[in-house]
Amino acid sequence: MSLVPTLSALSSLPAEAGVGGNPVADFSDTPLWLAAVKAVAIFVYLMLQVVLVIWFERRVIGRMQQRPGPNRFGPWGIGQTLADGFKLMWKETFVPKGADTFTFLLAPIIAGAVAFVGFAIIPVGGTVNLFGHMTPLQITDAPVAVLVVLAAAGVGAYGFVLAGWSSGSTYPLLGGLRSTAQVVSYEIAMGLSLVAVFLYAGSMSTSSIVAAQRDLWFVIPAFFSFAVYVICMVGETNRLPFDLAEGEGELVGGYHTEYSGMRFAMFFLGEYVNMFTVSALATTMFLGGPAAPPGIAAIGGGVLDQGWWGLLWFTIKMWVFMWFFVWLRGSLPRTRYDQFMRFGWKFLIPATLVWVLAVAFIRGAQLSYLGENTLLATVIVVLVVAVGALVAAWNWDERRARATESEPVPDEIDPFAGGFPVPPLPGQQLREPDGGVTAGGSGSGALASSASSTPTSIPALGTTKEAHRGGSDA
Amino acid sequence: MAVVVSSPYLPILIFFACGIAFAALSVLGLGVVGPKKYNSAKFVAYECGIQPSPRADQGGRVPVKFYTVAMLFIIFDIESVFLFPFAVAFDSLGLFALVEMVLFVLTVFVAYVYVWRRGGLDWD
Repeated sequence: MSLVPTLSALSSLPAEAGVGGNPVADFSDTPLWLAAVKAVAIFVYLMLQVVLVIWFERRVIGRMQQRPGPNRFGPWGIGQTLADGFKLMWKETFVPKGADTFTFLLAPIIAGAVAFVGFAIIPVGGTVNLFGHMTPLQITDAPVAVLVVLAAAGVGAYGFVLAGWSSGSTYPLLGGLRSTAQVVSYEIAMGLSLVAVFLYAGSMSTSSIVAAQRDLWFVIPAFFSFAVYVICMVGETNRLPFDLAEGEGELVGGYHTEYSGMRFAMFFLGEYVNMFTVSALATTMFLGGPAAPPGIAAIGGGVLDQGWWGLLWFTIKMWVFMWFFVWLRGSLPRTRYDQFMRFGWKFLIPATLVWVLAVAFIRGAQLSYLGENTLLATVIVVLVVAVGALVAAWNWDERRARATESEPVPDEIDPFAGGFPVPPLPGQQLREPDGGVTAGGSGSGALASSASSTPTSIPALGTTKEAHRGGSDA
Repeated sequence: MAVVVSSPYLPILIFFACGIAFAALSVLGLGVVGPKKYNSAKFVAYECGIQPSPRADQGGRVPVKFYTVAMLFIIFDIESVFLFPFAVAFDSLGLFALVEMVLFVLTVFVAYVYVWRRGGLDWD
């Protein structure tokens, strides 16, 4: 991306100071019963999409792994999720012996219910006429709306940690702890990445943030925030490659090991609703929410950019993120826990903090805090500092890596050094056996010759080690 | 004249109630649908078939790393709590806010570098 278009794009952001921060969406014509109707409708909208995305995920991953995926229930297997749900309903649910019953039952309710909350402030469409009232397609909006999503994510962590703790079992406890540490670590970087958006929009109300993106989606001026947010939303929802809380190889099922039936299904549901919530927030923050894509918005004077059409664009954008989640799961192996935590604490958090300061300087220059016409100069200075910092960090990393480099891998290894045969690593050679092997010797003809020269001994039994050496040499 | 929503947070509660109702029905209500067959092995904590390892005093001990992460989380979460209002009010605060925030972030970075050097951010 060259500098000049970026600058002209930046200057098309709302430059007047003091937008106020109050929601743009107008709820004055929305009676309470209508708000309740919208709440139930969006609940159903979410549930339907969860049902759909579970099937979608299994089908797409099936294709990625060269197999058909579920294809028995309904056309293309589309009823698979419902079938799974009914199966789970008829499974026995019980409370294991060591469990704390109250907390054990509370945890899945928290995990399942809190996941929905964040969606309440997401604008899913424009203003429409519902039962004779002009109302925005959004349950509600507040001056601090985005905080609701972050708060719900924080409370959602209780579902995991309480489930892990109350099960009275080792694996769930570890899984719950891991999950909590993971969610809180990535929540910081997630919150910090949104600060750049608040700086540009001057508000934390979702409808105002969407309105501020009328000319330019924030994914361009806040591109680094977008990248950080996308990484964090995968970490936040415990999805591959960051699903360390339920790594089957080490923790069986993680925090939900002891759960069965619909209680287990609540954790499953919570995870998928969470995926939709974070995707919806990404759409709202960076991709213009329910606004039509730039090319389509111009058609017919914006007729495709209002009312119910917003629901279509919003759903499409959200599903792009869902596709991304599925794609990640089909492509990447799980990370190691220490790598995951290191990446979050040592890279994402400091880098996002520095990025927030850079955006603050750019925004300040745009509002002429640093003098008239300093935008270009500020962007150049920020770029130079950023490149300098990157080079320094890279240099330091290289030097540290060299300092802590472990001893070089020997080219030749003795396969029996540890007492049992070890296959060579790539680049290693097996050492030739030393002399002094009398009975077996080395080489392909050794066994035959020893057998013929000393007929009284049985070489395979008497000199097992040597025989093995000869074998691995051949 | 119908009642207009007075608080912007009331609809969130209605929405939350939908979620709670659904989850509570699934967890508590549908529990009675499934079969009930007693088997003593079923109620033992799952540990891949072996005798479950005992945990000291219900809850046992957990690695101190998790505690460190929780402490660090509070520091940085409070930092973002300060950054949010700064970002929202930035347009009306002027150069003062910019300078102030640079100083604040630098101060937190001192703590961050200290924690890093002391190994607080290393998992092992």
